[in-house]
Amino acid sequence: MKKLESSLKNMLLSLTACSVIAGALLGWVNNITADPIAHANAQILSDAIALVVPGFDNNPTESPEEIEVDGTIYKIYRAMKNGQFIGAAVEASSNGFGGLLTVLVGFDAEGNIIDYSLLNHSETPGLGSKASDWFKKGNKGDIIGKNPGETPLTVINDGGDIDAITASTITSRAFLQAVNNAYSVYMKQEIDASSGASQQVKNEKASLIGTDSIHISFANKGQNK
Amino acid sequence: MNNLKVLLNGIIKENPTFVLLLGMCPTLGTTSSAINGMGMGLATMFVLICSNVVISLIKNIVPDMVRIPIFIVVIASFVTILQMVMQAYVPTLYATLGLFIPLIVVNCILLGRAEAFACKNTPVASFFDGLGIGMGFTIALTLLGSVREFLGTGKVFGISVMDEQCGMLIFVLAPGAFIALGYLIAIVNRLKKIKS
Repeated sequence: MKKLESSLKNMLLSLTACSVIAGALLGWVNNITADPIAHANAQILSDAIALVVPGFDNNPTESPEEIEVDGTIYKIYRAMKNGQFIGAAVEASSNGFGGLLTVLVGFDAEGNIIDYSLLNHSETPGLGSKASDWFKKGNKGDIIGKNPGETPLTVINDGGDIDAITASTITSRAFLQAVNNAYSVYMKQEIDASSGASQQVKNEKASLIGTDSIHISFANKGQNK
Repeated sequence: MNNLKVLLNGIIKENPTFVLLLGMCPTLGTTSSAINGMGMGLATMFVLICSNVVISLIKNIVPDMVRIPIFIVVIASFVTILQMVMQAYVPTLYATLGLFIPLIVVNCILLGRAEAFACKNTPVASFFDGLGIGMGFTIALTLLGSVREFLGTGKVFGISVMDEQCGMLIFVLAPGAFIALGYLIAIVNRLKKIKS
């Protein structure tokens, strides 16, 4: 077959035909993959929630609550067991060294950190990216089991008691900031929650209101730096 | 036999990374570990084979003056399909390579092979050219990724070979990519000289 001549008509026709076919193909593939993609994303989130607040029997991803603190909207996933409130996972973020750092922090009913999962970050590989397990149980910067309401989490350089990641103080600060933010969101949801939470939790929150205001003022201070 | 020659040509004589020095952006950007390099290489290989075959099939109905836009539409379509499929079925690999997948569109290896090979040869030969160049690219990226991962963190494919404390972190960062690539090219050139 001879090659088509580059006349205006031929060019127009072939380019249009090519684009239409490509568009149709993309639409078809998008149609097939839309469900698996949504499923995969939901799976990643629910896996992360199961890691940070284990032992729930409801579906926390189904009804995330949105709470506004300092003009930012946070998502909080409440975990229940037999109708009792056992804790919640809070998605919080702050500005790290390379961009936004998003972390999912799990708190138990007393506000202690159960575990965390780094959802998204663009920190330096090999340095800041160590945050994904640096602060886990048994590692140098262990924050598991701590309650940010009692002692706000800060690195040693800033007068706190958390070991910063070697050569990544900015990432460590940002990470702890995100955890502290998550805590203030968690406290707020307990105060706001009038439904769902058990009586026991309600008593709990009454005793924690005092620390809450202190904590939020700390968070503001951090942001002004 | 001829097809075999085309295949080997892509892997050795015209290796896109070590000889032609094409597609340097993904080469330097994604090879911070062996598995990332291999993933990027395989993704590029898939798009390269598909675009090569399709471009070779439609070469006669494409007027010369609009061939570049049409090639780009073909390549971009395959890249987008790949992106959606990866996101749906291998979300973990997509999470690490996600940023670089759309960049395959502007990878000059793809347009280069479309121009230099696919639009002049049969679909079968183009398939083998895509496979050869793709394999050459994958091997080069895996090698570079392994070297950087080993020197930077003491691991290869995530398996500890030496103590992590001995790692030179610079090899995982951007400057290390240039240093490692430079040395690998030097070694390849040296080997070629001995052979000839």
